[in-house]
Parts: sequence; C-alpha cells; structure tokens
Amino acid sequence: MNYFPDEVLEHVFDFVASHRDRNAVSLVCRLWHRVERLSRQRVFVGNCYALSPEILIARFPGLKSLTLKGKPHFADFNLVPHDWGGYVQPWIEALSNSRIGLEELRLKRMVVSDESLELLSRSLANFKSLVLVSCEGFTTVGLAAIAANCRFLRELDLQENEIDDHSGHWLSCFPDSCTSLISLNFACLKGEINLAALERLVARSPNLRSLRLNRAVPLETLQNILMRAPQLVDLGTGSYIHDPDSETYNKLKHTILKCKSIRNLSGFLEVAPRCLPAIYPICLNLTSLNLSYAAGIHGSELVKLIRRCAKLQRLWILDCIGDKGLEVVASTCKELQELRVFPSDVLGVGHAAVTENGLVAISAGCPKLHSLLYFCQQMTNAALIVVAKNCPNFIRFRLCILEPTKPDPVTMQPLDDGFGAIVQSCKHLRRLSLSGLLTDRVFLYIGMYAEQLEMLSVAFAGDSDKGMLYVLNGCKKLRKLEIRDCPYGDKALLTDVGKYETMRSLWMSSCEVTLGGCKTLAKEMPRLNVEIINEHDQMEIGSEEQRVEKMYLYRTLVGPRKDAPEFVWTL
Amino acid sequence: MEGCMAFDKELNLEATELRLGLPGIKESEKQPSSTIKSNKRAFPNMDEKSCGSKDSSKASHAQKCNQEIASPSKAQVVGWPPVRSYRKNCFQAKTMEAEAAGVYLKVSMDGAPYLRKIDLKIYKGYPELLKALEDMFKFSMGEYSESEGYNNGSEFVPTYEDKDGDWMLVGDVPWDMFISSCKRLRIMKGSEARGLGCAV
Repeated sequence: MNYFPDEVLEHVFDFVASHRDRNAVSLVCRLWHRVERLSRQRVFVGNCYALSPEILIARFPGLKSLTLKGKPHFADFNLVPHDWGGYVQPWIEALSNSRIGLEELRLKRMVVSDESLELLSRSLANFKSLVLVSCEGFTTVGLAAIAANCRFLRELDLQENEIDDHSGHWLSCFPDSCTSLISLNFACLKGEINLAALERLVARSPNLRSLRLNRAVPLETLQNILMRAPQLVDLGTGSYIHDPDSETYNKLKHTILKCKSIRNLSGFLEVAPRCLPAIYPICLNLTSLNLSYAAGIHGSELVKLIRRCAKLQRLWILDCIGDKGLEVVASTCKELQELRVFPSDVLGVGHAAVTENGLVAISAGCPKLHSLLYFCQQMTNAALIVVAKNCPNFIRFRLCILEPTKPDPVTMQPLDDGFGAIVQSCKHLRRLSLSGLLTDRVFLYIGMYAEQLEMLSVAFAGDSDKGMLYVLNGCKKLRKLEIRDCPYGDKALLTDVGKYETMRSLWMSSCEVTLGGCKTLAKEMPRLNVEIINEHDQMEIGSEEQRVEKMYLYRTLVGPRKDAPEFVWTL
Repeated sequence: MEGCMAFDKELNLEATELRLGLPGIKESEKQPSSTIKSNKRAFPNMDEKSCGSKDSSKASHAQKCNQEIASPSKAQVVGWPPVRSYRKNCFQAKTMEAEAAGVYLKVSMDGAPYLRKIDLKIYKGYPELLKALEDMFKFSMGEYSESEGYNNGSEFVPTYEDKDGDWMLVGDVPWDMFISSCKRLRIMKGSEARGLGCAV
C-alpha cells in the first residue's frame, strides 16, 4: 500500500463510513493515520472531556460535522447536580478561531448558552445543521440568532431540551431569503409561536421534509401547513384538538390525503380523540409512530389507530396501551424493530399498566424486534426465557420494573435466570439495562455470555463485589458502565484498574466505594479523571474510609478539567 | 439492606472460592427475599428534592407523603424510575394543569333574575354539589332516586345541558362522566320537570 498515492488511499477510505472503522483505519500505520485524519469529515466525541477542542482541530482540519456528548447518562434522571459541567462554549470558541468550516453540530446533554449559539451563528459561515438533544442553558434568543444569521441553515432539530421561552419571535428571524430548510423540530418549546411566520416559513421551504410542531400550534395552522407542504416525510403535530364537525377539520381530512410521503408521525401533545380518523389514511404508510407524549389517546382509540399501522418499524407509546393493546401491536406490526413503552405514571408510585404478558406477546408476534425499552409493573423469569427464545436478535434490551428489587411475582425468585437467558440467546446484544431483584449470578451470566456488550446499566442489584468483577472481567467490549445503589466497594473498583482505560466511563453512585479507594485508583491511573461529586458538602478531605456518594471516572487525554465546580473533586 | 450485612460474612467465606460454575448449578443458599430489601440508602428520607424535579403543588406532595407512609417500598427514590426529567416535567405539568383549571359553569334558576357561576371541580360528588346549589339559591330539591328522580314534591329539580345539547336530570350518570359532559346547569321548576325522570 506504500506505492499508492495518497489520493487513492483517500478514495478507498471514502467508503469507510463508520466512526469505528475509520478509527481503526487510523491505527494501521503513520501513513494511513495521516491520510485518514486529513480526509475525515465527521467526528464523534462520546465524552467532551476526553480531549480538548485544540486537539480535535489540530488532528482533523477538514472537519465538517461534530457530535459531542457532555454529562453522564444518569444526569437524565437528576443524579448529576446542575452545574456539573458539559459546556459547549469552549468548543465553539475554538472552532470559530480556527479555519474549520464546520457545517453540522450535534450535541447531547450539554450546556448551551445563548452566547454560544450567537457566536456559532456569526462565526461559522457555512453552518447548516444544529441538533440539540437533552441540552439546557439557552433560550429563544439564542434560537433567534441561529435563525437570523445562518444563511444556509438546513436543519434545526431540538429534542427534549429545557429551553426558556421568551417569545415566539425567533421564527420571524428567519430571513425571507432563507429557503433551504429541510428539517425543523421545535416540539419541546413551551411557549407561543408566531403562527403567521411559521406558515410563511413553510411556504418558502420547498425542501422541507421534517417538521415537528409544539403545543402552541393549533389544528387550523396544521391544516394550512400541510396544504403547503404535502411532501413532508416526518410530521409532529402540535395541539390536535378541534370540533370534528367543523369546516377546518373537514379540510384537514382532505389535505392529509395528499400527504402520501409521511412515514414518521409524532406529537399529539394535546389531542381530541374524535379527530383521529383524519390521520387514518396515512397510517398504512407509517414506519415510525411516537405517541409517548400523547396522554390523551388511550383505550379503544389507541388500538383503532394501531390496527391500521401494519408497516410500523418503530413504535413509542405509553403503558396505558396495556397488555391487551400490546397484543394488538403484536398481531398488526409484523415489521416492528424498535419498541419503547413509557410509564404514564412517571412518579412511579402507581401501577404500570403492562406486565410480562405484553412483552411475551410482542416477542411472539414481532420477530424482527431488536431494540426494546420497557417500563412494566412486573416481570417473570419464565417470560424472559420465552422472549429470549423468540427474539434472539436483540441489540438493545432495557427493562425497567418500576418497583426496585421486585422479584419474579410467581416464584418469588430473583430474575437472574431470565436475564441470563437474554444474554445467552442474544449474541449481538450491545446495550442492557437491568432491574428487579438480582443477585451476583446474573452478572456471572453477563460476564460469560454478553460478548458484544458495550453499555450496562445496573440499579439495586447484586450481593457482593463479585458481581461487578464478573462484568469487568468478562465483557471485553464494555465501554460504559453505570451503577447505582449496589453493594460494590473498593475491591471491585480496584481489582482491574487497567480496564477503565479501555472504557469511556464508569459511574457509581450510592455504592460502597470509599474516598481512599478512589484516591488509590486515581493515583495508579493518571490518564483517568476520577471525579467525586460532593453535593451536600458531606465529605471531608481527610478521612479515607468515608463512603463516596457519587463517583464518575473517564479516560482522558487532557487531565483534570478546569471548569469543574466546587463540589466536584478530581482526585 | 439485609444484603449488606450478609455480604460481609460471605466475602470472608467465599473470597477464596473460585466458582465459575455453569448456569443452573445452584450456588450456596441465598435466601431470595420476598420482602423488599430496605436499603437505607436507596430510600433516603424524602425531602423536597427527591420528589421529582420541579416543585410539586402542595396537594400532590401531600399525596406522595401519604403514599410513603402507606408503602415504604414504593417510596420515591431519587432518579427512579429512570425517566428523563424532560418527560417527567411534561407529564407533571399536564396533571398540574388539570388540577389547577377550574370548570366554571353557568347556573340558572327559573324565576331568578340573574345567573350564577360555580366551579364544578371543587365538589367531590353529587351530594356536595346539590347542597351547594340549595344554599346558593335558597331552595330544596328533595332526595334523588333513580326511578323517580327528585321526589317528595319539591318545587325545583336540578337539570343540566350535556355535550349533545340535551337537558338531563342531574344525578343519573357517574360523577366523572357528569363533570366532563355538563355544559350548564338549570334549576327547573317542578311543573316543567314532569317527564324528566319524575315517574307517574
């Protein structure tokens, strides 16, 4: 390969798309490393503190698309204090001072300020795509800057962010010359929207494929929008309430008939079930349906809707669908690949409406299922064993039994055997979340069988350090391990310290690790940041035996971070 | 957590044992507890912070505390169930909205010069509502019975207009159904009410 000019290598590398493969390519030899890095356009950084913006910019001068993740996953559940970190500002500053012509930025769990958005919009002339998932720290003022200044904006996708809404004015900031929009998602905005500006924007965006509205957009506006954009592929309705006998609703029914391209449907943040028949004609074409925020659709209305969606590949719903409803899904949606069943009672003190029976029905009816997130009231070993047999193709299997440490209600046994069957049968399993009553034995099985496992989430499980050790020893491809409320201590933490450099991160909270143990680890492994979160000021620097409430460690090239708040100690 | 104390002992006994047996081989007896392990750290004292991420209204907080006392195993644990706070906030907001908004309806009475308005939400059931109406308009309507409506020869009968525009006798349908279908109330003179469930 030394005889090929660089351009040939580069051309070959063009066909190597995935991040992992390109990373592997770059390790072959210096030549390949150089050619690869100069031609790389898309980079994924799973932990923004693993490296610095400067390192990134130096290595990949041709960078066009950057994905960054900030806070640890458990931040989603309020386990990480507010000012922990994950700021995008230094990245945007560095990028704006460089020659990099960044076009796409995708952020997850990061703190994004209006200042950052304004800087981005003014300094990156070719910027085309902004995707923010579970981020916070910005307001509609920042959005206005993006709208006003990014002349070639194609995509603005806001998913489940906490945004302070100062006004619906930002939509009007898209200049009349902006006609390039392909994707616009503002479903998570809580406030009012300038409806006229929205309609005008849609009217001048002939390439618009994806549009997700917020609650403030009424059915009349939806009707007008669909008239102008029948080419939509992805639609998220806002408020879907009207009088089914009205003129507007009648018009909507006719307009929807022209929207033959819609494949993804979501929204229904407010809904009048009697208006649902208007969407029946497009149900047969749907491959993705997200009703997980549509608390107003349940019972027979929900089932009627689902019966028409025979081509669904992805379904997100609330557990009020019940086991019976899941049986309908199983008999209707033969192409189903991904299912998420969310709890409608999010405080978790009531009863979930689905049990093991719903899951078994799904596994029997949907053999292509590979991704599952299932919040349920209870689960049995027998059911899990059947599910494992019916669906050996699981890649992601996340089960959440709402009551912590709940055993199999029929046998009163732990769920070790059930999950054991899952890991044994599903040889491609990459992500697993456990729940229910579990002993060390389930971790023995995981260590033995889950060869492809990359991410494991554990809560209220296990009896001793052995549990964690089985996993660390056995799962060679483990990248992320997050543990809460388990009896794992220093012995589990310190037995194989080298392992952590092969992983992205480890989170342990409410376990038995001590300050001394963490300090020892930090001392032995200088290329890890071992962070202790000392929220309520309960830890003293001196005593080594005190338990650490929250520890987050991750490999990094750049040592302790300089933006850590007072309550985060990097050991 | 009973596991905590047990594990200390087990650590000593089994520390030197290499047991990577095949699945299905029973390990030395561990009592699978049918009682929920009460991990004292897992269910910390419930303070404001652990009850969801946003401030709850007093009513729902009191409700949560009652549930804590009732079933400690189902007590609220920080960050459990593992649902994104964005999603939790959406649903909490919805329930709070539903709780906060009143259902104000017009009440007219035959012969009275002007109408009144009441908030149906503050009543828990028919007896309370009827009592409130009686107090408001200074009349009495007698006992409700399914077969005879409001008998005992009362001059006035409570009726309501439902979603379809029909005038119905108050009390026939379950309270929840009534609240969602009632558009206005009218206290009808008994003579007109003949035929509205007043049998014979």
